[in-house]
Amino acid sequence: MSDCIIHTAPEPAFAEPWHAQVFAVTVALNEAGRFDWPEWAARFSDTLKRHGLDRELNGGDDYFFAWLETLETLLAEQGTATPDAVNRLRNAWEDAYLTTPHGDPVRLTDE
Amino acid sequence: MPHDDHDHPHALLPPDPALRVKALETILTRKGLIDPAALDEIIDTYQNKIGPQNGARVVAKAWVDPEFKAELLKDATSVVADLGFYGRQGEHMVVVENTPEQHNMVVCTLCSCYPWPLLGIPPGWYKSDAYRARAVREPRKVLAEFGVTLPTTSSVRVWDSTAEVRYLVLPMRPLGTDGLSEDELVGLVTRDSMIGTGLPEEPS
Repeated sequence: MSDCIIHTAPEPAFAEPWHAQVFAVTVALNEAGRFDWPEWAARFSDTLKRHGLDRELNGGDDYFFAWLETLETLLAEQGTATPDAVNRLRNAWEDAYLTTPHGDPVRLTDE
Repeated sequence: MPHDDHDHPHALLPPDPALRVKALETILTRKGLIDPAALDEIIDTYQNKIGPQNGARVVAKAWVDPEFKAELLKDATSVVADLGFYGRQGEHMVVVENTPEQHNMVVCTLCSCYPWPLLGIPPGWYKSDAYRARAVREPRKVLAEFGVTLPTTSSVRVWDSTAEVRYLVLPMRPLGTDGLSEDELVGLVTRDSMIGTGLPEEPS
């Protein structure tokens, strides 16, 4: 583990497109009243704590992995998106990417 | 590298978490709970419109306008909202002022609560375990790693943000800036100086 906190130049708000997407989905659901922010923060903080038990989180990808897991768990508990449904659509998206010719827009075939 | 972009037979497969996020988006969109256009708007806002320049504007204004500063220290939430910087998550904003006797520094030990409307999305280090754990335990050592050495006469106060309360540091106005306009002062206010892990730039 590194104790040194490196002071870097301005960085983009989101390092990866999916970081931005999962962030936006969460903010949109909060604004739609699906959960309030203190509830989100409490759940997210629990996930971070659990993930940080056996390793040092660097605040990058691992931060948004924890974010995604928190959102998946919350939506599963609400019955909004069951793990089965998420898996099925995740695989459907994977198939869509693998069968779409490079350069074409990727779409789900069941739509 | 596992992929070579030149002769791809199919679209580049995003990483697993990206596919899981797409799955969630699809489900939520089909249920009418989110609108993809609203997601784009949120991302655009956080990528392009909200950032430390908002906080810098508030700090520079406080430096030149004593009345504004007094209001800001009393009730930052409404003053900041008047400037058009709203807390989307309904958070309460508190501005803490640096003085020769006290330096302020902000952390979120629980997760990564941060004054989004004024500073945008927090930098990676703010979200790291290292900063979150050490800012409270050994703030002077952390400050030294950021290149900030305080006089021994100055105390350090660490403010722990929550989902409800977000802190912004009002740094001390650098010496030799008496002749500068508000707009010129904005350019001296760095993001880190508003988190308390840095100081404003000196005028050149």
